[in-house]
Amino acid sequence: MAVSTSIRPSRAAALFGLIYRPEVRRAVYQVVLLAALAFVAVWVVNNVAENLRRQNIASGFDFLGRTSGFDVSQSLIEYSNVSTYGRAFWVGLLNTLLVAALGIVAATVIGFVVGIARLSSNWLIARLATAYVEIVRNLPLLLQLFFWYFAVLKGLPSPRQSYALPGGAYFNVRGLYLPAPVPQPGFEAVAIAFAVGLLLAVALWWWARRRQALTGQRFPVLWTSLLAVVGLPLAAFLVAGNPIGLEYPELKGFNFQGGIAVLPELMALLLGLSIYTASFIAEIVRAGILGVPKGQTEAAQALGLSKGLTLRLVVIPQAARIIIPPLTSQYLNLTKNSSLAVAIGYPDFVSVFTGTVLNQTGQAVEVILITMGVFLTLSLVTSLFMNWFNRRMALVER
Amino acid sequence: MDAAATRAAPVPRAGGGPILWLRDNLFSSWANAVLTVLALWLIYQVAATVLGWAVLHATWTGDDGADCTRHDAGACWPFVGAWFGQFMYGRYPDAERWRVNLTYALALAGLVPLMVPRVPGKLWTSIYMLGIFPVLAVVLLSGGILGLRHVPTDFWGGLLVTLVISSTGIAAAFPLGILLALGRQSPMPIVRWASITFIEFVRGVPLITVLFMSSVMLPLFLPEQWSIDKLVRALVMVALFSAAYLAEVVRGGLQAIPRGQFEAADALGLSYPQKMGLVVLPQALKIVIPGIVNTFIGLFKDTSLVLIIGIFDLLGMVQAGMSAQRWLSPSTPMTGYVFAGLVFWLFCFGISRYSQMLERRLAAGGERVVAKAAYD
Repeated sequence: MAVSTSIRPSRAAALFGLIYRPEVRRAVYQVVLLAALAFVAVWVVNNVAENLRRQNIASGFDFLGRTSGFDVSQSLIEYSNVSTYGRAFWVGLLNTLLVAALGIVAATVIGFVVGIARLSSNWLIARLATAYVEIVRNLPLLLQLFFWYFAVLKGLPSPRQSYALPGGAYFNVRGLYLPAPVPQPGFEAVAIAFAVGLLLAVALWWWARRRQALTGQRFPVLWTSLLAVVGLPLAAFLVAGNPIGLEYPELKGFNFQGGIAVLPELMALLLGLSIYTASFIAEIVRAGILGVPKGQTEAAQALGLSKGLTLRLVVIPQAARIIIPPLTSQYLNLTKNSSLAVAIGYPDFVSVFTGTVLNQTGQAVEVILITMGVFLTLSLVTSLFMNWFNRRMALVER
Repeated sequence: MDAAATRAAPVPRAGGGPILWLRDNLFSSWANAVLTVLALWLIYQVAATVLGWAVLHATWTGDDGADCTRHDAGACWPFVGAWFGQFMYGRYPDAERWRVNLTYALALAGLVPLMVPRVPGKLWTSIYMLGIFPVLAVVLLSGGILGLRHVPTDFWGGLLVTLVISSTGIAAAFPLGILLALGRQSPMPIVRWASITFIEFVRGVPLITVLFMSSVMLPLFLPEQWSIDKLVRALVMVALFSAAYLAEVVRGGLQAIPRGQFEAADALGLSYPQKMGLVVLPQALKIVIPGIVNTFIGLFKDTSLVLIIGIFDLLGMVQAGMSAQRWLSPSTPMTGYVFAGLVFWLFCFGISRYSQMLERRLAAGGERVVAKAAYD
């Protein structure tokens, strides 16, 4: 490079020329950003320390061990107002997981039905499904929750005028009262039969897979394993002589006692969440089915596969590849949206912990940090699952 | 072969006609016929219930909840009539409501020419909407200068707050979202990690916790003497929240732009802002218009959450109205929600239809360009 050596830039120009070098500029930008972030962080931490000292708020996580002093209307674990804040945390978290699990099942069922109905060859059914989707997903979820809670469930009759449902269940403004199953002596047999059936199904599935890999012959795994999982416990149930008793709810005083009580808050939340999320799932399912090219079905038919096998071996696996990633993010949305429970008084995690515990202790920083930590963990677990799934399902190409 | 088997089937009637259409679309098989009858029954039930509630058994005149209690189960329309002002403006003083209306008119004056593709002068209208209108809106709504009475944001409410939060939220989230999306793609590790952390953190938590944070944590973060308006705090949080979602939408668009576009811009010697602003972003943003609109619709619906931190948007105002002593009646809640639902639905449905129209237009435009290039 004779040319560059003959023109020797002055030292100032060389220094100045540095700013035109991308790596120098990048380093400078990053240092500036880092300094700005560090400055803001230090400033915020100082402010927080100052404000906390002035307002006399304790810091640290000791409050989790202190007595909470408040009641929670629904709890899956032992809890009373002498339990600790830490216990209240678990009560709220379990309530959130309960509503999320039930909501996910319901939303999936409704969503798949509506999504398939949108593709129906029956004009009226397709239009009805479209109307459902267009109405429901264009209304705020909070409005729908309020609608179910304040306008529908709060309008139900008082316990004395309850609707009596078939099978000894009652429905009134305080909630839904269902008979509770109580295991009688001999019930262990049913449980054992169920476990055996489950093991059998797994073994069957494994064996059938191996056999197909070795010989190419298929075995009707679905029906046989269903028979093992459902049939065995049923047989045990009949042999043991109906070992499940029912505890019926009874009207005592102003309310029902006994049985399983489903709070109206839980019902409203479930209705709202599952109907709302189902409208999004329906669109995902529809897109997934439409996303499998018609040629795939035709190729399967050309190979002589039956309609059922075409669906099971060709269409569904490919549609699943399209459907499952957005479906998982809808599940995550549903879980996050369950935090709207706070608006209708269902004791979910946000309502119990971020609401009541924060108000009582005043330890905003710790409580919000734990809250965010919980939701971030949920997201992280979901996205880890998604990455694993995507790797498993990814097309293996040459 | 015997003659009967080879005889041609009767020629189908040409053109169709309603009977053939019915047979093809509603009664093609036994199962379909059963479904059709079930659907008709369902439609009848829903229509009868809605009509009965909203019209036949509804109360049309009255002064309080007692008037609505007399008829059973029907809508209580006088409640909506009496509270209509609050639903639209919140507690904004009656004498000053013209200012809100004028703001709406000014917004429409910019929005309509922007949204109708045929109207020319998009650049000037954009400058008006982004530069001049926000200033006018703040002056008009908040007042305190030019002889206008100051109206604190505590008095704002109803649809006004819903529109203020959603429009400001999207306007602020848009540039921030683009910056975050670019940051996430940046070759600079610190910039990239800062963007990823922000985006994933915000997307991982529900909006409610972010709003809670604005009401309990933001005051702790700032020095004692800084007191920020409650509405502004909510606005900032909503904008940050939407920015994270927009960033992911924009990232999708950026990833869809072929590498050649970036390299061509580099080869022309364009600087980074020129490359992004003139070459990459115009293409990337066009692809993701549906995603942007979906984010906006989500934001519009999510504004209703601010009622949890004590800001009375449209839904909050309805909630306040139906719990007021005067209009207590069994049908008041349902009436209020149906009204609020109609308003929300009209906005969201309208926006989504508009975006579909825009999408088709832009797609058609793309095809024409491609076709012309192939022809040349």
